[in-house]
Amino acid sequence: MEYFFELLFSGLTRGSIYALIALGYTMVYGIIGLINFAHGEMYMIGAFTALIVSSVLTIYGLPLPAILVLTALAAAVWAGAYGFTVERLAYRPLRNAPRLAPLISAIGMSIFLQNYVLLAQTPDFVPFPTLIPEFAFLEPYGGIVGSSDLVILAVSTLVMAALTLLIKYTRIGKAMRATAQDQKMALLVGINVDRIISLTFVVGSALAAIGGLLIASHIGQINFAIGFLAGIKAFTAAVLGGIGSIPGAVLGSFVLGLTEAFATGYVSSDYEDVFAFSLLVLILIFRPAGLLGKAAVEKV
Amino acid sequence: MSHTRHFLLGLAALALSVCTANPARAAEPIRIGVAGAHSGDLASYGLPTLQAVRLVVEEINAKGGINGAPVELLVEDDGCKPEIATNSATKLVSGGAKAVIGHICSGATRAALPIYRAAKVLVISPSATTPALTQSGEYPYFFRTIAADNTQAANQVEFALHTLNAGKIAVLHDKGDYGKGLAEYAQSLIEQSGKAQVVLFEGITPGAVDYSAVVQKIKRSGAEAVLFGGYHPEASKLVGQMRQKRLAIPFVSDDGVKDDTFIKVAGKDAEGVYATGPTDVSTNPLTKAYREKFRQAEGTDPGAFFDNAVAAALALTNAIAKAGSADPEAVAYALRTEEVATPFGAIKFDTRGEPVGIGFSIYQVNNGQFVQVR
Repeated sequence: MEYFFELLFSGLTRGSIYALIALGYTMVYGIIGLINFAHGEMYMIGAFTALIVSSVLTIYGLPLPAILVLTALAAAVWAGAYGFTVERLAYRPLRNAPRLAPLISAIGMSIFLQNYVLLAQTPDFVPFPTLIPEFAFLEPYGGIVGSSDLVILAVSTLVMAALTLLIKYTRIGKAMRATAQDQKMALLVGINVDRIISLTFVVGSALAAIGGLLIASHIGQINFAIGFLAGIKAFTAAVLGGIGSIPGAVLGSFVLGLTEAFATGYVSSDYEDVFAFSLLVLILIFRPAGLLGKAAVEKV
Repeated sequence: MSHTRHFLLGLAALALSVCTANPARAAEPIRIGVAGAHSGDLASYGLPTLQAVRLVVEEINAKGGINGAPVELLVEDDGCKPEIATNSATKLVSGGAKAVIGHICSGATRAALPIYRAAKVLVISPSATTPALTQSGEYPYFFRTIAADNTQAANQVEFALHTLNAGKIAVLHDKGDYGKGLAEYAQSLIEQSGKAQVVLFEGITPGAVDYSAVVQKIKRSGAEAVLFGGYHPEASKLVGQMRQKRLAIPFVSDDGVKDDTFIKVAGKDAEGVYATGPTDVSTNPLTKAYREKFRQAEGTDPGAFFDNAVAAALALTNAIAKAGSADPEAVAYALRTEEVATPFGAIKFDTRGEPVGIGFSIYQVNNGQFVQVR
């Protein structure tokens, strides 16, 4: 039974890691219907920014919680700026192009950003400091769950709640929903659609950056390519949960993470991906819109 | 008509060969091919070996060549790509190479070998470690001056069984050719020994965000040591999470992990980790002399496989000299019977073409550095 709980927490950790990235994916898709393949790169850039900022702050000798908060802020702002720029350069000029064009542009952006970081920083793995402090009360359970596992789990749940509130109950959220429904109509009623879309990208990228910070601190190493695999998995999770749906992204991530953990634990880690993707196929056969997705009615 | 033509052609050929052979007899050069990655992202493996061969050959030519014949190098860049390596091999064979030092990558070597076999050209690689190249017995004229991958696995298993006294061993790998090959070999060696059992044999997904599930599985298996086949990014994550989950058993890995980046990234978790790596030969006077020459010529420290390439060039030229000709049969015999002084000490080759005297040692991370333990 203890083994079951150990695997459960492994799965929850993986799931919440995927969720932190999947939330940004699903948000951008929900508003403008674009699969932003460069989203994984925002996660990677966030992690690199966090590494640089936290190293500098450590030199100044700040306490660990202050470093964590300031680093998270800096990474979010910096990655947000990247998100804004990427949208301006790569997606806005293609706003009225066929759907495939921005998709290709997103893949190009992803390759560009990876190689940019490879050249500007390093092709090697670099160590990432442990920014999440050890909690004393977890000590007896150290073999099962660590402090970074809990923090990641808590942050991804909080972010999901905050995003849901933002979209449901604020003016900006209302504008976002209007933009999602019909961009032309939203323009007609006086919504600055370009600004709303920019904002969506900034928020999505900032979330990915915070994810990058927490996950890098959990794993302890980063390089230019970490965004790719994490991005693919998070994308899978978002599709599983119903792309466009905020709670769906979190649910999908947990389902994916738990499947992988239990497949590893009770079968073999050789087959964790086989199980994860078989599950995806099965769910998409029976619920083509994903677990919590609404079947979209094509506008005519 | 056709008879006359053949006769005339033969006559012309004869005249030509007499013309060229006579004046050249005194200094007919011995052509040796050098093939490997000299450009592209794996050039850092190939270029040091090219430099090494050049240094050795310059020295030999300065002393008047091998039995009076100068050595001429034919250099081919295969970029470590199998499809280019076959072209390189064809070019070297048609260029008159009697022997080839190369190729660098196992895949490229494997692709090129059938061409050399057909042309009866002797090949000696400083760095191709795939066991099958020698151990399949398909290439009687293939030699190498580096220990095969499975030598490493044998060292690891020996160490885990007799030094660590582990009775239950978990064998993990990264599902790649290199890591999985090592792990499978280690598994079969452990089972053959009868002294320990493999309680877990699993592949992990490289690049995954979290390995805690597999760590819990190791814990549950009751393993007393972990053998890991793969590279340092996964190894540092795995060790980190093992220590996080309070699993303190020894971690033994390979030369894909014996890299300073591993220590840098894994930090304090790296302490105590074992890894096999080529035996340290930096105190050998011959090694020092060649490394110093490289430094003088290039201004930097020699890179990967430099010592191995020096050894390959020395062994090959020595064997040609002892054999008295570049005939592959005679040279192969000399390689197998005559010991030669190299940066690794005195070496020769066994019947399969594996070097006797070049091997791996076990290293352990101690205060942020790999220290040879045996």
